[in-house]
Amino acid sequence: MSAFSGMEDILREFLVESYENLDRLDQQFVLLEEDPGNKEVLASIFRTIHTIKGTSGFFGLGKLEKLTHTGENLLSQLRDGKKSLSPAITTDLLSLVDAVRGMLRHIESAETEGPADHADLVSRLAAHTEAGPVAAPAPEPFPTGEVEEHLPSIQPLVVVELPPPPPPVEIPSMGKILVESGAAREEHLSEALEQQAAGDPRHIGEILVEKGAVEPVAVKDALAQQQENRAREGSVADSTLRVEVANLDRLMNLAGELVLVRNQLLQFASRFDDASFNSILQRLNLITTELQEGVMKTRMQPIGNVWSKFPRIVRDLAHACGKQVRLEMEGKDTELDKTILEAIKDPLTHIVRNSIDHGVESPEVRAAAGKSAEGFIQMRAFHEGGQVNIEIRDDGAGLDAEAIRRKAVERHLVSSEVADQMGDRELINLIFTPGFSTAKQVTNVSGRGVGMDVVRTNITRIGGTVDMQSERGLGSVLKIKIPLTLAIIPALIVKAEGQRFAVPQVSLLELVRLEGDHARKGIEMIHGAPVYRLRGRLLPLVYLRAQLGLAPAPETGSINIVVLQADGRPFGMVVDEITDTEEIVVKPLWAALKNIRLFAGATIMGDGAVALILDVMGLAQQSHVISESRHEALAEMSHAVEDNGEDRQTLLLFRVGDSHMAVPLDRVDRLEELPAESVERTGSQEVVQYRGRILPLVRPSDHLPERRGERRGGDGQRPQTLQIVVYSHEGGSYGLVVDGIEDIANENIQVRREATREGVTGVVVVHDRITELLDLERLALKVG
Amino acid sequence: MAETKQVCTFFLNGLFFGVDVTLVQEVIRFQAMTEVPLAPRVVSGLINLRGQIVTAIDLRRRLEMPDRPAGRTPMNVVVRNADAIHSLLVDEVGDVVSVDESTWEAPPDTLDSRTRELITGTHKLQDRLLLVLDVARAIRFQAVDATLRDA
Repeated sequence: MSAFSGMEDILREFLVESYENLDRLDQQFVLLEEDPGNKEVLASIFRTIHTIKGTSGFFGLGKLEKLTHTGENLLSQLRDGKKSLSPAITTDLLSLVDAVRGMLRHIESAETEGPADHADLVSRLAAHTEAGPVAAPAPEPFPTGEVEEHLPSIQPLVVVELPPPPPPVEIPSMGKILVESGAAREEHLSEALEQQAAGDPRHIGEILVEKGAVEPVAVKDALAQQQENRAREGSVADSTLRVEVANLDRLMNLAGELVLVRNQLLQFASRFDDASFNSILQRLNLITTELQEGVMKTRMQPIGNVWSKFPRIVRDLAHACGKQVRLEMEGKDTELDKTILEAIKDPLTHIVRNSIDHGVESPEVRAAAGKSAEGFIQMRAFHEGGQVNIEIRDDGAGLDAEAIRRKAVERHLVSSEVADQMGDRELINLIFTPGFSTAKQVTNVSGRGVGMDVVRTNITRIGGTVDMQSERGLGSVLKIKIPLTLAIIPALIVKAEGQRFAVPQVSLLELVRLEGDHARKGIEMIHGAPVYRLRGRLLPLVYLRAQLGLAPAPETGSINIVVLQADGRPFGMVVDEITDTEEIVVKPLWAALKNIRLFAGATIMGDGAVALILDVMGLAQQSHVISESRHEALAEMSHAVEDNGEDRQTLLLFRVGDSHMAVPLDRVDRLEELPAESVERTGSQEVVQYRGRILPLVRPSDHLPERRGERRGGDGQRPQTLQIVVYSHEGGSYGLVVDGIEDIANENIQVRREATREGVTGVVVVHDRITELLDLERLALKVG
Repeated sequence: MAETKQVCTFFLNGLFFGVDVTLVQEVIRFQAMTEVPLAPRVVSGLINLRGQIVTAIDLRRRLEMPDRPAGRTPMNVVVRNADAIHSLLVDEVGDVVSVDESTWEAPPDTLDSRTRELITGTHKLQDRLLLVLDVARAIRFQAVDATLRDA
């Protein structure tokens, strides 16, 4: 039998209400710190603590009562301007909020206040109270909550032992009501208050009645009025209703089902031509849509609900790190589905913690860099294109791309040659790789190496994307894009081997259809991987059939490419057919099938059949279409590549010594960077072990006849790493050693001059520079 | 008197099987299903069961029996285990029979080990032997199989 039997409902209500009030307190304290004189905020804080104190007395929760009582004393002094707020007081008051919250949790789970009595906090709070240690011991719990409820604002006077402060403005006190209504005289009230302050435990009304200064009826009226005032204050709450989230979830699911049934019905209806049936259907259609929207709306909550805890987090963290941080929030009213809101709570906290811990510098460092001592963090939310955008910006030190590169290579997250090819933005986004942590030191706050990758995982799980941009010395901005809701998503339906698959439209960029000549020649192979030139950019391709383990599609004379993006990088998915877009309800797959990375879930189509939902991220990862950064690097390098003209050819440009040379890109299998010490010798031939094979190295300068005045690359210090262009000739692979890859150019190959020396097929002008085209066959023969 | 139990029976490759009737949600005719590429071969596909997506498991394959002859459509025995619903594809569905402990026996040694692993025991009925399928195990193996495949 619980200690609160028969009062469970009241207790639960008390808990829920108190949690909400406490959450608000966190914000208010921070607000108060900026504006210590704000009476309104102080009164509001005071009221919350007071209410908890009163109710805990009612439930006989002695420890909680004592704690809140002490806090209340201090607060009443602050409110009356007898004491001004210092950071130390704020910290202790915030600890008070935490302690109260902890006790409430304990009450919720175990129905006791828990073992902690927070004696040191009580004494610290008491010490802050101007009158020294609180003389009056915590009063005995009130026998009922009723009396206490009626006279909320008088109560603190009992314990402060000071002349009565003016009652708070919000709810006129009992005495004030009596005086204003003319039932009591001002001087009587003062007397009664003094009597109370002197230790009279009775309430003001009782004292006045006893004195004969007021009629009992007048006190009763005043009580009624006071209650009415309180009720009016709570009138906003009357127009709202608490609903269990589980109920809403169920409603949401049912609405989703209804949408599907509606879709099935609409498909079915196309078989008939009955006007009245169609008009009924039309109404059903409209109502369903409205119902779905309505239900979805019940689950929408402003992002401010999650953000409300950030002022406190920022404040505490900034204090702990010895930094000054100003937090600004924009777009608090931006609404999101509750589930999504829950899902982004922890990632957001982590990001903000990171920003304070690693981003914003200490005041001294900031001053030295010519910035204001106070750092700045901005949280911004807004709707755009059916998605919610959240940005977290700081004006801190920014990220050091070079340090990230070193660390990523050190930790074997990427190979050094891959990292070298990456741009700053790509490097910066490496912080989302599992096992990466930029903190030089593991701090209390963050830097345990399980941070940003978890952030990204959590965000992608709800169909969102994360992107980090940073400018060294100026700060960083982290951009999150998430869908409004998870339950129903628009999807593109594609086909492979007759089977339908749904592709979430969030990841969809565009659709490309190649026909005739384009279908035959549009897809090129670079480094053994298929690519398509999309407006001059190389778009890596994956074949859906191949990824699904199905037989390749027969030639049909046309190719359908669905351009998708994963991790902010585009790639193309080749499918048999693109049919339609449809709103789908995402249903989870059986756990054992979740191991197949290619599927994000399943859905029921308009005709009742089940279709699998493709996981675009999983597809990209499984096919290595974006993680293989070699392709990526080349795709990036080929930004400027224009559409392929008839006699145009794409050249890989590089430097050997001070000569500019080139080979056709389609002859290149891979670009590699290998450490110089990996070079071995068989006889006079340099070789490296490469992918389980022996790769003979070709140094062009060793095989080309020397030109007059040419500075050879080989003299002086040999570089620590070798840049190698791997190519094939007659079934063998060869590694061309160059001194630096320069660019990829799409050039009109008009040989300006015939070969001038052996090993060169011709000379072309690329970017206004004389460039020799190497004769790869001949060089391969030289090596044997 | 020993406790009696109701068992929903079905046939697989000439053998007589049963599952605890309390686990069976319903028995339905063959349904069109959506194949899941890359899935373990025992997973026949996904079925739309009144808006719920149910994974169909081919018990013949699960028990490593030869595939059903072409043209024979299986029946679905829809079972509920823990919070998941699966459909077990069987050759044909039999009656619900009552059994008690008096007829219970450990699986006979003549059964191949794969089948033995998946049955909790047998009941010697008048005219034949009833093999009681361990539904939880029949389904759980899938997860392991799929994980191994993925690795």
